[in-house]
Amino acid sequence: MKISQKVFPFFCNLNIKFILQLNHFKGDDIFKLVSALVASSIFLLLGLMVYELVKGSWLSIQTFGLNFIVGTKWDPAVSKVFGALPLILGTLVTSAIALLIGIPISLGVGLALSEYMPKKFGLAVSFLVELLAAVPSVIYGLWGIFVLIPFLRNHVYPYLQTAFGFIPIFSGPIYGGGVLTGGIVLAIMIIPTVSAVMRDVFLTVPNSQREAMIALGATKWETTKTVISYARSGVIGAIILGLGRAVGETMAITMVIGNKFQVWPSSLFDAWYTMAAIIANELLEATYDLYISALINVGLVLLFVALIINILARLIVWRTLRFTRGIARE
Amino acid sequence: MAVKFDIQNLNAWFGSMHVLKNINMKIEENAVTAIIGPSGSGKTTFLRCLNRMHEITPGARVSGKVLFNGINIYDDGVDPVMIRRKIGMVFQKPNPFPMMSIYDNVAAGLKLNGIRDKKILDAAVRRSLELANLWDEVNGALNRSGASLSVGQQQRLCIARALAVEPEVLLMDEPTSALDPIAAAKIEALIRKLAKNYTVVIVTHNMQQAARVSDYTAFFYLGELIEYGPTKQIFENPKHELTKRYITGEFG
Amino acid sequence: MDHYKFRVVKNHLVQFLVYLALFLALVPLFSILYEVVVRGFSTISIEFFIKPTPTVGEVGGGVANAIQGTLITIGLASLIGVPIGLMSGIFLSEYGESKLSVVVRFLHDVLMGIPSIVIGVFAYALITLSIGFSVIAAAFALSVIMIPIVTRTTEEALKLVPMSIREAAIALGIPRWKATVTVVFSGAKKAIVTGLLLSIARIAGESAPVLVTMGFWRWWFAGFDRPVANLALDIFIFAMSPFKNWLTLAWGSALVLILLVLGISVAARVLTKGRY
Repeated sequence: MKISQKVFPFFCNLNIKFILQLNHFKGDDIFKLVSALVASSIFLLLGLMVYELVKGSWLSIQTFGLNFIVGTKWDPAVSKVFGALPLILGTLVTSAIALLIGIPISLGVGLALSEYMPKKFGLAVSFLVELLAAVPSVIYGLWGIFVLIPFLRNHVYPYLQTAFGFIPIFSGPIYGGGVLTGGIVLAIMIIPTVSAVMRDVFLTVPNSQREAMIALGATKWETTKTVISYARSGVIGAIILGLGRAVGETMAITMVIGNKFQVWPSSLFDAWYTMAAIIANELLEATYDLYISALINVGLVLLFVALIINILARLIVWRTLRFTRGIARE
Repeated sequence: MAVKFDIQNLNAWFGSMHVLKNINMKIEENAVTAIIGPSGSGKTTFLRCLNRMHEITPGARVSGKVLFNGINIYDDGVDPVMIRRKIGMVFQKPNPFPMMSIYDNVAAGLKLNGIRDKKILDAAVRRSLELANLWDEVNGALNRSGASLSVGQQQRLCIARALAVEPEVLLMDEPTSALDPIAAAKIEALIRKLAKNYTVVIVTHNMQQAARVSDYTAFFYLGELIEYGPTKQIFENPKHELTKRYITGEFG
Repeated sequence: MDHYKFRVVKNHLVQFLVYLALFLALVPLFSILYEVVVRGFSTISIEFFIKPTPTVGEVGGGVANAIQGTLITIGLASLIGVPIGLMSGIFLSEYGESKLSVVVRFLHDVLMGIPSIVIGVFAYALITLSIGFSVIAAAFALSVIMIPIVTRTTEEALKLVPMSIREAAIALGIPRWKATVTVVFSGAKKAIVTGLLLSIARIAGESAPVLVTMGFWRWWFAGFDRPVANLALDIFIFAMSPFKNWLTLAWGSALVLILLVLGISVAARVLTKGRY
């Protein structure tokens, strides 16, 4: 007797009755439905996030309205007035410094990994750069306090001040931490991600482009310029991505920036504050509702800023990298 | 001899592209039927309509009837999964499951249908590999990866895998086009052997292969069935002008 | 200087700058690794792994409770994040053409870009304000961070399995969903596990969301509605404190954490080297 007759007795006679009974339509449809539902939980999650943040901020919004964003006083103890402008400025300025320092270096690293290094070395070095990306923020902060700050305070800042001290931003007392240090730490932290994206973007430039330049007698740098130009939207996307990361960085920055609430620092060596840092430092100490609400409000503003930056970056980079996706077909 | 497939007014589309136009034919049981024709004539689409694989492509559509053992496989209550158990398929490029052993590859269809009994599986694996003329070559090495075999052996492995679930029909889409001549010859011999107990429908762009291996031949051109009949008649005495020109190599 | 020479000089200059950039980028990595190893090594002892956090000024003590707490928090977070991420990844890869998928994918990308402190505030508002500082709140925050990572890596992993494998399984008469869950999944196993490892390494290092949802905890596990010790957060607390013994513990903890995180990352890379 055929195996099928022993084990699938119903198989042997293909009549309509049993076909209708064993219906796999349901299995596929159920699976599709369940997985769609789970995947759609993201809607719920993001919606809930916005809802909770707005709800938590409501007291602050009612009390201060839009003045919260332009207010410059943060006084939880006496007058109970909260304004986030200095925090927004602090976040943007430190991020700007991070970009100023980090982007050129990231560009160099991205080019090194895609255009200049021989393949084998390139892979090993890429791996190292990725390791940098995996280091937790706290450890950057720890290293920042005990290694970077003493180094900058003793060996770098004094010379900076000697050379450029006549410019206001370079004058003032040096204690090691502060705005510039914060910017430097942020730069170090965004370099791995931004260079990786830039490397990937450069690698998608077809070789025919490079070969065309080489055939015209171009130098390596001139060929590279073409590659950068071809991939420019990806490069811009990577920069914006770096900005997004810098803006959201919390632990490392709060450990080195000094956490001083003021509208504007007196110099690059002065302490300051960011949106992320104040939340981390004060949320646990906040004892009354308006205080908590103000801090959640800061979180809401930070969310807003990060969302705009990130959506922009994703749209730009996504367009460049898009054609590397898709189910592999033979 | 009995009719296995009675195809009536079969039409197929990819989106708005009409790729099969009003196909009517009857496929004989326990015989080899070859589908020939130039590229783009709808041969593969036709084959994939016989086991309802055509519809898994997004945008694909079918109309008409395909009566299998007298029952229309496109009827509302019919489950395509059941159809595919009775109508097996072998593809152009051998596609064994790479992370499974030879044994697991052949047993895959059975295991996924809930058969756990080792004795039954062992017997089925052996039987299928023997049927596929592969048993002698892999016996003793059943635990090796399916991908470690030569391409010709991989194709026979895929045939064994398809046979393990005991289908009545074996659909083969250009099964030898990825193989060297010696491996191809082995598959052709295998096809003749299988025809004794299975209905084989084979799509091939190699006319000589169709002439060697098949009992009946159908000539497709631009989505239409131009001529269909016993292989001997098609090749020696084609009735249609287009068939004659294709057979003599004028085009395609 | 004729123009050609100028181009050559420029070319060499750029090459120098590129390698300089590479050097500048890697120096912090080596410095961090060096400092953490050198400063943390002396702290490591058997006691370090057995004893819980000491009080301020007390000599000795260790991170045993932090390791326990971190494992519990990560475990709980994975319990929530992994199934949701896997299912979402399967949906996006197998039914990825639909309009719903495009939106879902985009939203997952958006979530990935939200700062972890904001996610912490979200969890704070949702859970901590009602239940109090607790493991549940922290684990929830971490799972939210995990989900888009697991989803994305699962989707990419499944997409790498060629269409022919799916077709072979379907042609055998297996329902589409079963083919996905068995055959396609086993083909993508390595890549999926890699994604899981990477997401765990990521949340093991997160301290900001843990800080605002749970806070500092000096003792052993005391219930899911209470806080628990966390390795990454402890480093922050110790580093910002003026107590010498805590500062030493900070470096020791940093060494453990970095070994853990980098170890998982390296293991994940190694896994992806051997495909099938």
